[in-house]
Amino acid sequence: MEKKKGWKIYRKLFASTFYISAFTFGGGYVIVPLLKKKFVDDLKWIEEEEMLDLTAISQSSPGAMAVNASMLIGYRIAGITGALITILGTILPPLIILSVISLFYQAFQSSVIVNAVLRGMRGGVAAVIADVSIGMIGGVLKERKVSSTLIMIGAFIASYVLNINVIYIVLASALFGALGVVYQKKFRKEKPQE
Amino acid sequence: MIYLQLFWCFFQIGLFSIGGGYASMPLIQNQVVDTYHWLSLSEFSDVITISQMTPGPIAINSASFVGIQVGGIGGALVATLGCILPSCAIVLCFAFLYYKYQNLSVLQGVLKGLRPSVVAMITGAGLSLLVLAVWNGATPTFDYNQIDFIAVAIFAIALFVLRKWKVNPTFIMAGAGVIGVCVYPFLP
Repeated sequence: MEKKKGWKIYRKLFASTFYISAFTFGGGYVIVPLLKKKFVDDLKWIEEEEMLDLTAISQSSPGAMAVNASMLIGYRIAGITGALITILGTILPPLIILSVISLFYQAFQSSVIVNAVLRGMRGGVAAVIADVSIGMIGGVLKERKVSSTLIMIGAFIASYVLNINVIYIVLASALFGALGVVYQKKFRKEKPQE
Repeated sequence: MIYLQLFWCFFQIGLFSIGGGYASMPLIQNQVVDTYHWLSLSEFSDVITISQMTPGPIAINSASFVGIQVGGIGGALVATLGCILPSCAIVLCFAFLYYKYQNLSVLQGVLKGLRPSVVAMITGAGLSLLVLAVWNGATPTFDYNQIDFIAVAIFAIALFVLRKWKVNPTFIMAGAGVIGVCVYPFLP
């Protein structure tokens, strides 16, 4: 794949990702359509299908999706330098905003008004996450696969009831998934002989 | 020393939060609240709340916030760096493999196994935030005096509105904040 070079490209990459990151509220998947609009539709630097592939890679990798997706776009367009520039563009807005909030947090906390706002928002945040969870649990159940449902129930008990470290749960379920594929492959290969 | 701890803590968060969106939440809670005690559960809840209101991924937001609280500006930089370093390396590796082989069935299997457990862990973390909101940090009991019925009402209304009309979470947070500021200061 051909790489672009030069300050003009770098500046465009930084400005685009900085702007998109500064206006992506809530994080997560929201950034993907925005990146697509900028780099596929407006600038025409990436093909639509390749953008879908890049999204899949950023979803399958650990870490924040917004950072992963912009990093891949930067890498695709201008190599490692491009990746570094888009990473910087993506993390600077939240880094600056949250640092400022964090510095004033102690003062915020002692204010009666701010406290009341935050206390009210707790119920709201719980509802937002409950909504996300309900949607995702529905998605898993819709697969109608016993293994997925069992992994879900087991992971819930392990994390919420037994308080097992999340890292072990992630590793264990990744191992189950990998073993599932190996088992399936073996099964498919042996089937015609039966 | 504190920088090293911050880096290592957020390095693990960056490395093990797979699935995007809220997937990093249970890990951050596990590390920052339970393991290192840098934030209380109610402070953690505030960080999630602030993350909903401001741009940027939850993990990066938490890294900046906790970093400043624990080690100043340098702490924020170190924590953020730790948070993105593992994904940088892994994403570029995957991109390389992807362009080379196009199809990775074991990786897809790993993702299939991870998805339901990520869902379960997000639900668990959400549940602990709900318990915090309803019992205001106390241990849950069925004593009527302990339960914050305003929080229960806000939760129920917000969940209903979200399910029914699929509104932007930012508006839900703003609405919940307005109800909070109209009600809580006037309670005994």
